[in-house]
Amino acid sequence: MDYEIVIGLEIHTELKTNSKIFCGCSTKFGSEQNTNVCPVCLGLPGVLPVINEKVVEFAVKAGLALNCEILPFSKFDRKNYYYPDLPKNFQTSQYDLPIAVNGHLDIEVNGETKRINITRIHMEEDAGKLVHSGATISSSDSALVDYNRTGVPLLEIVSEPDIRSAEEARAYLEKVKAILEYLDVSDCKMEEGSLRCDANISLRPHGQAALGTKAEIKNLNSFRSVQRGIEYEVIRQEDILDEGGRVIQETRTWDENKGITASMRSKEQAHDYRYLPEPDLVPIVVDPARVAEIRANLPELPDARRQRLMNDHGLSEYDAGIITSSKAVADYFDQSVQNNGDAKVVANWLMGEVSKHLNSEGITILDCPVSPKQLTELLALIEKGIISNKIAKAVFEEMWTSRKDAEVIVKEKGLVQISDSSEIVAIVESVIAANPQSVADFKAGKDKAIGFLVGQIMKQTKGRANPDMVNTLLRERL
Amino acid sequence: MKITCKDVANVALLSRLEFSESELETFTGQMDAILEYADVLNKLNVDNVQPTAHVLPLKNVMRADETKPSLSRELALSNAPEQEDGYFKVPKIMEG
Repeated sequence: MDYEIVIGLEIHTELKTNSKIFCGCSTKFGSEQNTNVCPVCLGLPGVLPVINEKVVEFAVKAGLALNCEILPFSKFDRKNYYYPDLPKNFQTSQYDLPIAVNGHLDIEVNGETKRINITRIHMEEDAGKLVHSGATISSSDSALVDYNRTGVPLLEIVSEPDIRSAEEARAYLEKVKAILEYLDVSDCKMEEGSLRCDANISLRPHGQAALGTKAEIKNLNSFRSVQRGIEYEVIRQEDILDEGGRVIQETRTWDENKGITASMRSKEQAHDYRYLPEPDLVPIVVDPARVAEIRANLPELPDARRQRLMNDHGLSEYDAGIITSSKAVADYFDQSVQNNGDAKVVANWLMGEVSKHLNSEGITILDCPVSPKQLTELLALIEKGIISNKIAKAVFEEMWTSRKDAEVIVKEKGLVQISDSSEIVAIVESVIAANPQSVADFKAGKDKAIGFLVGQIMKQTKGRANPDMVNTLLRERL
Repeated sequence: MKITCKDVANVALLSRLEFSESELETFTGQMDAILEYADVLNKLNVDNVQPTAHVLPLKNVMRADETKPSLSRELALSNAPEQEDGYFKVPKIMEG
């Protein structure tokens, strides 16, 4: 049977503050285990948490950028559960009065715009990190706990169940990530866990209003796993329903290596969080004037930047969309254009050679060994006719590894394009003389034969002959 | 409001407490009496009263985003029943 897929996403993002949400411990990633901990984040008796003002500011920023209402009166609550990553046995979170509610985000999938509504955004503390002694959590006899991450500020962004496919889920997550990056409130490094995602997935027959039973999938820690995890879970639920079975409401974990979701059977059977107002923290009353001020100072967001790239630089919607989907790529683009790079050529190189090299090394543009200035210098050499596009790619390759400037490489390797017509004429004539069969084929109407002759000329000049001149001179002589 | 032994057993489970049958009976009776006493409050009309978020008339007590020295790891781990390589060590978490 054909089912409608219903997905809601819960996105957790660590905020880029210096100190934790309720204490002065550092939030630095990668510190030695249990060195950024204090009585407050370890939950020792008698301590008093105090909220970091930056967390509230960042939450309001994110709320406004995601088109939410900022609640004028907000408070913290205790969410009670027992798990060793939580030293207090409750997580300080927000329950009925979160900082922001009723937002939305428009995404584009397959050329169509779709609105995903956002239920709420709340502030909370992150939990610690568990290191399991065995190969998997189930086969481990014990676990080791590092509480450095405990108390790192998090925003949880909860969507309505408006998402209808794995592609939409991915597009929504990508857009939320882009917005958080543009706001500069989070690093959004999925590989370091500063952006994480859980998906609630259920199926229902087309036309049915009531939602089916959902499963919550955890551990979706890359865009690839979000897409694959959802695709897998949908098929799993389809199979169950097709056989007349019932989906069990449960939490499942995505196993990236096996490519499956598996049930998480916790020793904690009862899921009753028994939320209660946090007596150690006083309510947050956000001044509307402050909200207006934050709104007025919001940076340019991805949609506006995409429009600007289309209007000011004549980029296509598609190209502008790709470039602005990452703030760092868009910044690289802007810096290149400011260095007098031709916008469309820069865009093509960014989406072509640059992204190809970044992907193959698994790094982001922030670690790109070729700077925007260096790239535009390379492009200027093409524009001036000093090197061909093809040679430029080889030079780029060399720049990537040696970090030298394009001009230096071109000089050192003698890659300057041959644009001296007498030099090219001599080579053209020798190639014509050496390949009578191809010449005859061309004259007999086989237009393709000229490609072979051009190839021979390029081979003799090691690709340095100006291709336009080769074409003109060759055709003149045939 | 009438609470039963089952309710008390559930709260005990959530709180990681183990009670004998007779304790359960005793606590059920006591808790029921407490709740019955507090039930007086349910008779009040609170239609126009905002829920209390905090007992003190305070709001927006915040701190600047500044780091402060943390505990030494040795001190942080000093109360741990078990530790290993600078980590807190805890028993098996999931059912195998």
